Amino acid sequence: MRLIGQIEDWFERRLQLAGLIRETAEHAVPRNTASWFYVFGSAALTIFILQIVTGILLAMIYVPSAAEAWSSLQALNHDVTLGWFIRALHGWGSNFMIAIVLIHMVQVFLFGAYKFPRELTWIVGVFLLLVTLGMAFSGQVLRFDQDAYWGLGIGASIASHVPIIGSAAVKLMLGGPIIAGATLSRFFALHVFVIPGTLIALVGVHLLMVLKLGINEWPMPGRLVNRATYTNEYHELTERNGAPFVPYAIWKDLFFAGFILLAVAACAIYFGPFGPTGQPDPTIIQTAPRPDYFFLWLYALLSLLPPSMETPALLVGPVLVILGLLLLPFLSGEGEKSWRRRPIAVLAVLIIAVTLGTFTHLAGFAPWSPHMNAWSGDPIPERVLHGSTALERQGALVFQSKQCRNCHSLGELGGQRGPSLDSVAVRLTQDQLIRQVIQGGGNMPAYGKNLTPAETTALVAFLGSLHPAGQVPARDASRDTALGTGQEKSGSARP
Amino acid sequence: MPNENTLSRRGLFMKLGILFNGLVATALAVPIIGFVLSSITRGRANAYLAWVPLGSVNEFPEGETRLATFRNPNVMPTDGKTVDTACWVRRVERDQFQVFAINCAHLGCPVRWFPQSGLFMCPCHGGAYYRDGSRASGPPERGLFEYPYKVENGLVTIQAGELFTPGSSAGLFGKKLPCA
Repeated sequence: MRLIGQIEDWFERRLQLAGLIRETAEHAVPRNTASWFYVFGSAALTIFILQIVTGILLAMIYVPSAAEAWSSLQALNHDVTLGWFIRALHGWGSNFMIAIVLIHMVQVFLFGAYKFPRELTWIVGVFLLLVTLGMAFSGQVLRFDQDAYWGLGIGASIASHVPIIGSAAVKLMLGGPIIAGATLSRFFALHVFVIPGTLIALVGVHLLMVLKLGINEWPMPGRLVNRATYTNEYHELTERNGAPFVPYAIWKDLFFAGFILLAVAACAIYFGPFGPTGQPDPTIIQTAPRPDYFFLWLYALLSLLPPSMETPALLVGPVLVILGLLLLPFLSGEGEKSWRRRPIAVLAVLIIAVTLGTFTHLAGFAPWSPHMNAWSGDPIPERVLHGSTALERQGALVFQSKQCRNCHSLGELGGQRGPSLDSVAVRLTQDQLIRQVIQGGGNMPAYGKNLTPAETTALVAFLGSLHPAGQVPARDASRDTALGTGQEKSGSARP
Repeated sequence: MPNENTLSRRGLFMKLGILFNGLVATALAVPIIGFVLSSITRGRANAYLAWVPLGSVNEFPEGETRLATFRNPNVMPTDGKTVDTACWVRRVERDQFQVFAINCAHLGCPVRWFPQSGLFMCPCHGGAYYRDGSRASGPPERGLFEYPYKVENGLVTIQAGELFTPGSSAGLFGKKLPCA
């Protein structure tokens, strides 16, 4: 023991850090902040450290060259001992990090922690969120597969919308005129040097401010923040009634951090690493690129926005959101902290969560994408053809062969881009069906140039037979009057 | 104690030192920024573009649309397969062609041709185009991008070398796209 003491003394004589460390560890925090709600910041930091460690390990095998990245990922997955596990830890760590950062942000927002004097801590936090998302996107690129390749194309397309410098921005992003070797190399530099360096610096400032300004006290309804009195009030909470951070509050951070690491490891073992999917070969076009989980909402948004809204939404939307987040502490820097007395804040969080959740959920099955193989893969349901005429069956053939099925479902099978046609005859009369098929409209292409009159007749006959049992097809009353056949079904009243 | 207003010898040296470093930094910044922006500045002279053969005219039957692949005119050793590019070639009649970029005019996903329905469909966000490349439905704001082409000695040749992106057609540093 004496020897250990001597070694300690030797280092302390030279480093002189013991006092600082003790002071930092034992700084007083308000007693009620020793809460399970206050563990997310340290958990995010823990996962970031895991990401650094696993990232360095991956870089020992990974080759940041467009020609070899994909095969080096395959080697990591299949040849290098436990390479799959390190990749899985890094991939799941990334998902967990974004999730924890978002939860941390929501907690900070709902607990009013961004108010005076912690405005700058919040602002740095906003940049930390952006930088974390930057890590996620650049990391997805480094997993250089089909999704990464076409994802870069999507990124370039979005960048090209910037007025005036759009074309330059694309070339700067890609490192040249096309997605190629230079693109991957520069995303490697971003993901491994630039963004992590920024992240470490920002985390340092963020933590320093947490220490200097003190952790946000537990918000009490009715205890308002006032710039003139807050510092003294907080001092009262910490100096008179506070408790040392170590060990009073830190044990919960430690438990939660350990639990989160275990959860990442469990996901890594159970689900394994992400991809890589197919080779990044642009001549393989049989692919439907999908972004990683935390960008799925964006994928949904880009599909659902009307074309005229897209450029403004892409260019102005992010600026407004980021500006809003940055200005938040200046717009409501004082006053009530407790979420119990801030209904609009709670409502805002709920609306954003539900919106992002809905978009993410929709992106899971992408109803806006045509099902490329539905026309040849999904059969016409038997019940539809039961008792149908020869013309209707011919129409069913046209329906399949002209790929209508890629966008329209029958019996739950097929694309969902257009409406399901199970009961189309109830909605549209024969004339309306003909018009819709020939001219298109709404979101449907016009098929007039691509169908012979005979094919159109057959197709419309088939569509006219699509109605649930017991429901009468739609009919044009004026035609009935003109023909004097009021009781006849429109489905059988063909010209 | 030196007077507040007078400059001491060491103070002067420090200022000269800062000035010296500033000059060196500026001098170094020129090539560094030149390197960083090289991917933009090089493209200003259309140096990326070149004529690339797609194949013999006979490989493309009249009235049909076929997939063709070509190698990007500029290749770096680390590019791997990324420099191989696909495009859709429509032979309207005789020497009249349309060569469409594989990239959807919405956000660049690879569009697929369906000859039966005469439509190009995009798997990402659901864009669709008619056989002549014009927009049929979905989020794209315009029709498919077209490569400039020429037919020489029985070879279909296109001017390629740059990724088509929807917003860049009127950029300050970008050339105007041939079909925009």
